[in-house]
This record gives sequence, structure tokens and C-alpha cells, in this order.
Amino acid sequence: MTETLLDIANLHVRFGATTAVAGACLHVSKGEAVGLVGESGSGKSATILAALRLHPPNARISATHLTLGGHDVLTLPQPALRRLRGRFAAMIFQDPLTALNPLLTIGTQIAEVLTRHRALSPADARRQAAALLTQVGITDPARRLAQYPHEFSGGMRQRAMIAAALAGDPALLIADEPTTALDVTVQAELVRLIAGLQRQRGMGLLWVTHDLALMAGIVDRVVVMYAGRVMESGPVAALYANPRHPYTIALLESLPRLDQGRGRVLAGGPPDLTRPTSGCVFAPRCSARMPRCMQAPPMFAAGDSHVACWLAAPAGAEVAA
Amino acid sequence: MAALSEASGVSVRYGGVAALTDVDFAVSAGETVAIIGESGCGKSTLGRTLLLLQPPTSGTVRFRGEDLTALPARALRQRRRFMQMMFQDPYASLNARMTIGETLAEPLVVHGLATWRTARPRVAQMLARVGLDPGVTSRYPHEFSGGQRQRIAIARAVIAGPDLVVADEPLSALDITVQGQILDLLAALQAAQNLTYVFISHDLPVVRHIAGRVAVMLGGRMVEQGPPAEVFATPAHPYTQALLAAVPIPDPALARARMATAAALPAATPAPPNACPFVPRCPAARPICTESMPPLRDIAAHRRAACWLNEVPA
Ligand SMILES: Nc1ncnc2c1ncn2[C@@H]1O[C@H](COP(=O)(O)OP(=O)(O)OP(=O)(O)O)[C@@H](O)[C@H]1O
Ligand SMILES: Nc1ncnc2c1ncn2[C@@H]1O[C@H](COP(=O)(O)OP(=O)(O)OP(=O)(O)O)[C@@H](O)[C@H]1O
Ligand SMILES: [Mg+2]
Ligand SMILES: [Mg+2]
Repeated sequence: MTETLLDIANLHVRFGATTAVAGACLHVSKGEAVGLVGESGSGKSATILAALRLHPPNARISATHLTLGGHDVLTLPQPALRRLRGRFAAMIFQDPLTALNPLLTIGTQIAEVLTRHRALSPADARRQAAALLTQVGITDPARRLAQYPHEFSGGMRQRAMIAAALAGDPALLIADEPTTALDVTVQAELVRLIAGLQRQRGMGLLWVTHDLALMAGIVDRVVVMYAGRVMESGPVAALYANPRHPYTIALLESLPRLDQGRGRVLAGGPPDLTRPTSGCVFAPRCSARMPRCMQAPPMFAAGDSHVACWLAAPAGAEVAA
Repeated sequence: MAALSEASGVSVRYGGVAALTDVDFAVSAGETVAIIGESGCGKSTLGRTLLLLQPPTSGTVRFRGEDLTALPARALRQRRRFMQMMFQDPYASLNARMTIGETLAEPLVVHGLATWRTARPRVAQMLARVGLDPGVTSRYPHEFSGGQRQRIAIARAVIAGPDLVVADEPLSALDITVQGQILDLLAALQAAQNLTYVFISHDLPVVRHIAGRVAVMLGGRMVEQGPPAEVFATPAHPYTQALLAAVPIPDPALARARMATAAALPAATPAPPNACPFVPRCPAARPICTESMPPLRDIAAHRRAACWLNEVPA
């Protein structure tokens, strides 16, 4: 039995009239890399922020189950929650400039994590911080530790963020689009770095992205979100080779490929999240729409895969009352 | 064939930084040419220089054969109607305080093609052409999604009937599904208005399918040019090879296999002033590569490269 790091069942996140997340389920085990993929606004960030209870104050959260390292995130007292963040679960944010403090040197920021979570002496913390910078591929760490974030290039800032996230030796690393702002060569390098560290350290990894191509080499399992709902989840090889949900199929077909076509265009856009939907949220754009799709499909399990589509219904399955 | 837009021997310096060094680049009417290369290599600077939004430190920039650097300001303003820029970020590139109607009418008014009032039917027509409801003219940019804003930015760039549009990473802020829709729109407008595109991008698969020609830049220099199908199949510059090797493969098994075998490209480090900019990272560098920058030369029909490997046998 593998150890569960993060377990989310039936999560709802609402901002006023907007339902950003509607019943999402997500599970990350020790040593497992999970990719959370979906278009802009599909609720990826809302989901992971809720998982660490870092959601903005105007968000209303509910879940039938939301645990981090076995602790109930929604009821955990603040001090215990703070210990859990950084130490048990660390986060790499999309924009390193918002996550790094511009007034503190990179060294101070990494050492701070080390003294807070690992109770190292200041001298040990500095040494360890230098070792971490080396580990994320930053040369001349002694000089770099004394520099401020603005003295780093975009790719180096991302590396510094990764180093700071790793400083607490977390069991779970959550990365929210950590490479979108970077060019392909730097991106490839960071992907390799994070994937390597994840395997080396046996960490759990939750990789959030809208880039299906980038994710393919990193993760073990993929969760596809659309309009705040999970459409499909399953092992990475099966999901890419044999996607079941028409949305997953459309996403994969829309990818331009070097050796193949430009990709098919999926027309239309996601639904208005302020309006309640009764049927399948993807139905208005779905080429395989059937009368049954007027009712929202449940999640059908098929082996390790889960698909929220009537097409995946076992023969004879009826609409639950 | 005479070039519609042409930079010859163009250098641009920002203070001590050489953003472009001796760049030759030409675009023919009706073409789509993509510029690719890593962050900071000078793609945007070249795009802005072609439109003389950035004056070159040295070299000439021609548009329809006319030397733009020699034109008086007034004449240059008139030419601007025919050359437009589309910026990367659909959130920052639209004026938040202007309605969509004003945003689209402004280029017509500025170039004396219409008044605010008489612009209305053309604005409505343009909105319809980019797939937006013509009734949105009184709304503001923040009321639109990223993809819709990019449509508005495109409409603004083409409404005054330009010949040349420089699109600086017009897709990178958008979702994959929206990207496909915008690419369709750009292609439809190109056919309808006979547009010439300079398409700045870091997305090689997209470039492969939309560009007739691709230009690869590195460290402010042009290092390779040619039809994407050929350049991507048989790259003539080691940097182009490195770029291609970094393109994500949407196949889990292949992606893992490559990650296990291929080495990552080291981070950019400055090269000596006269050296090839790739020399500190080049797996095939030779002494001559440090001594002098190889010229951009024809290596085959429609193909050019600036690499000593193509010139002198080892
Ligand atoms: N603080 C907030 N206040 C109000 N609405 C919000 C807030 N944060 C997010 N939302 C809304 O919730 C929905 C989901 O947003 P979320 O940020 O989770 O999307 P995402 O999948 O992370 O998208 P992206 O890929 O663009 O980061 C969107 O409709 C968004 O506008
Ligand atoms: N206005 C400016 N002032 C000073 N330096 C500049 C300015 N604009 C660009 N540079 C520098 O010139 C070089 C080329 O920049 P440019 O923006 O053209 O690169 P790019 O290829 O478009 O990069 P990206 O992919 O990141 O957009 C970089 O070193 C950059 O820092
Ligand atoms: Mg997000
Ligand atoms: Mg640029």
C-alpha cells in the first residue's frame, strides 16, 4: 500500500457566483508524479491553492475529503498548517517574481526555509543553501547566494524557486506552471531537473500545466480538468495512446507536432462558470454529443482510468436518479 | 523578387548591449516568415527595427524599396499605415481606457481614412471578420477573455489595410485550443487582405506548419534561414539542432527515452566579441569559431547558415 500524500475528494471552490471547481478529486501518492492539465480558467490553481489552504479570502471551499499527509487541511489549526507547508508540501509558483522577495538576497530566502523547517544553524543553512543551488544547476553558488532576484535571469529565478522549495525536503512538491514563461531550451532543462530530483528523492510531484506535450515525459498519471471538473484521469501512457474523453481527445488532436499536422482546431470556448449547468459541461463543444449528455455523466472507472463521459459507460448503465 | 521589407547589415545597441549585430533579413510580399531563437536573442528588436519603431544603430531598413531611416518623420508616419505590429501580451497591448470601438477606429482616424463617426461600419465589419459580435464596440478590454482580446488586437493591426504585420509571439499567452482558432484567423486574414507576416515565436511545431520560411537567431545574429520543413529535418547550425532537441514530444515513451539519453543545452554564456555566439555551448566548436564569426552564406537552394562547419572541412 503506497502512502497517500494528498487526497482530495469532491472539492468545490466558489468565488461569488463563479464556481471555479465543482467536485474535483485528486490523489498523489509517495514517489508519484501527477500532472494536472486544463485550459486557462479550468480551476487548476484554485484546486491546488485549496489543497494548501492558500486560497484567496473571497473563495468559499468545501470538500468531502481534503487531506495533506493525513491531516484535514480545512480544520487544521494555523500553526500546524504552516509547519505542513514548506516542510511537508512545497509549492513552486508560476511567476517567480511574485514568490521571491525582491528585497532579500536569494541566499537569505533559501536559508530562511532551512532554519525554519529544518532547524539548521545559520552557518549550516548557508552551506546547505549553496549545495541546493548547485543541485539545481546554478554555478558559482557562493556569489549567487549574495545576489537579489532581479540579478537573476528568468530561468535562474525559476531554479532559485525550485531550490527554495526543495530546502524543506518536502514529501510533496506542487509546481504551478513552473516553466511557461521560459523558452524551450531552458524549459527542457528545468523539466529534466525537476523530474530527476523527484525520482532521486522519491518525492510526490503535482505538476500543473496546460501543456500536454511538456508533461508527457514527467508524470506517471494525468488528471484532465475542464470548467472546474475532472473529465478524465489515468496512467500517462494509456491516456496519451488511448484517450477516452472527447475533451482529452480534442486536446491531444489540437497539439501541433513537428512531424505531423498543425493540429485540429477545437471551436468554441469554455462555459460561463457563473451559470449553473445541468448536463455535461463539455457537451456544447463535443463532436460526440448525445441526448444523454443533457444529464451530467458520473465518473466511470475502467481499470486505472476514470472517465466522466457517457461513452465510457458500461453497457446497460443507466442514469442514476 | 524585390523584398517588401528588408534589413541590411543592421545593428542595434542598447547602451553597452549589442541586441543585433550585422543582421540581414528580407521578407517578400505575401510570405510568412517566422523568427525563432532563445529569449534575449533579439527577435523582438529585429521585429521593431523592421518597422523602424526601433531605429538601427547602423545599417539600413527598407520598406517597399524605400530607406525608412532616411525618411522625414511625417513621411514615416504615413508609411506606418502599411506596417503594423502585434504584441505578445493581449492583456497589456490594448488600451484599458478605450472602448473596443475606439480601439479599432483609432488607426483609421490617425491615418485619415475615416472620422470617428464614419469608421463605425468598418469597425463592425472588422469585428465580424475576426469572429466577434459587432455589438461589443462600447465594451472595454477587461470584459474579454485572452483569446477575444487577441482577436481585438489582430483586428486593430489589420483594419487600416497594412501590407506587413509583425506579430510578436501572438499565441504564447493563449491556450492550445485558442491558439488553433487564432492561427485560423491569421490565415484567413492573410488570404483576404494579401498580408505579409513576420511571425515571432518560440513554438517550433507551430512555425513548422504556418511559416514558408524560418529565421533562427542567436545572440543578436542570424544563424540560419530556410524553409521550416528542411531546416527542421536537417538543421545546418548546431544551435538549431539544440533548439529542436528541446521541443517537447507529446508521447510519454519517446519523451522519457529522450530525457534519459540527450544532454540538456547548457545555459547561455557570453561569447568573445568576434566569436560565434554559440561557441561556449557548441559541441562541435573549433578554434576558428572563437576567432571569427562565420558569415551567413547560401548552403543550398533557399537555405543559408552561419556556421564554420558548413564552410571548412575539419
Ligand atoms: N481570487 C479570485 N476571485 C474571483 N475569481 C477567481 C479568483 N481566482 C480565480 N478565479 C476564477 O476561478 C476560475 C478558475 O481559476 P483558476 O485560477 O483556478 O484557473 P487555472 O486553471 O489555474 O487557469 P490558468 O491556466 O489561467 O492559471 C476562473 O474563472 C477565475 O476567473
Ligand atoms: N529597451 C531596451 N533597453 C535595453 N536593452 C534592451 C531593450 N530591449 C531589449 N534589450 C536587450 O536586447 C537583447 C535582445 O532583446 P529582445 O527583446 O529583442 O529579445 P527577444 O529575442 O525578443 O527575447 P524574448 O524571447 O525574451 O522576447 C536582450 O539582451 C535584451 O535584454
Ligand atoms: Mg493557474
Ligand atoms: Mg521578444
